[in-house]
Amino acid sequence: MTDLSLSGRVALVTGGTRGIGLATARALVEAGATVVLTGRDEARATEAAASVGASGLALDVTDAKAVSSLVRGVAKEHGKLDIVVANAGIMEDALLGMIKEDLVDTTLSTNVAGTLHTVQAAARAMMRKKSGAIVVLASIVGEHGSAGQTVYAASKAAVANIARSAAKELGRSGIRVNAVAPGVIETDLTSGLSEDAKAENAGKTPLGRLGRPEEVANAIRFLVSDEASFITGQVLGIDGGLVL
Amino acid sequence: MSEVAPKLREVFVEALDLDGAVDVENLKYRDIEAWDSVGHMALVAAIEDEFDVEFDTDQVIDMSSFKVAVDMVTELQSKND
Repeated sequence: MTDLSLSGRVALVTGGTRGIGLATARALVEAGATVVLTGRDEARATEAAASVGASGLALDVTDAKAVSSLVRGVAKEHGKLDIVVANAGIMEDALLGMIKEDLVDTTLSTNVAGTLHTVQAAARAMMRKKSGAIVVLASIVGEHGSAGQTVYAASKAAVANIARSAAKELGRSGIRVNAVAPGVIETDLTSGLSEDAKAENAGKTPLGRLGRPEEVANAIRFLVSDEASFITGQVLGIDGGLVL
Repeated sequence: MSEVAPKLREVFVEALDLDGAVDVENLKYRDIEAWDSVGHMALVAAIEDEFDVEFDTDQVIDMSSFKVAVDMVTELQSKND
């Protein structure tokens, strides 16, 4: 019998110092996994990790070599790596005519290249045991677009297709790759929205509210568990029914 | 061939699940079905673990034969010393 327990598993969560990443680290720890979370700032990573019973390390996911070294180091220290959640990402809004080149470079290097580096390194670490589960963070706007979020949406569409393509390559090695596509979740990324904007977004969902980080984390915990053993290459919307 | 070769040969055999008929010393990427891009990732991970070295992305892509792998590992090990 399988269950949602992750006892004995080793997990890595990038961008784990707040919001969905921190909630995911907490959910995986509660399920019994040994969890390492990362953040760009070492002190914040350490502090966040301590708050949920994980270990914290500094990592800039745009640095491919650093990602490779860290993932390899975690696998070496713990003897294996079972779960990787590639969560690190940024979101900055800009209407089409106001998009600066810097915004494109920063968003794509963090959200797309950063996720790609993480999935590459994770796959290498998991390949020897021919098992593992990877989840990347897409977004509902990556699937359906959003005014003022062209760059972010494009980056998240790419992330979803990293999951789909990697799933096709890695399936025969026993490695599953899925994506979650959150809707509007109450995190630091959405804290800049006005109360009116939040109410408007909440009003668009059949559930009549915004999501909470732990609701995304719970879906991730399911996807990396044995309960999802025949699920790969999927993009799971977690949006309160925002898109139906 | 260097002293790396015998141990590396064992890693190749194990990581790519090779049988005795394969001429490992002259093996090149994609010569056999097992050494495709996915097999290559498993091979790279196994070599890194076994020799405690770390390849950068260009080296991973350039590791096109057993002989090249021997040279790369030898060079990386000399840097570690």
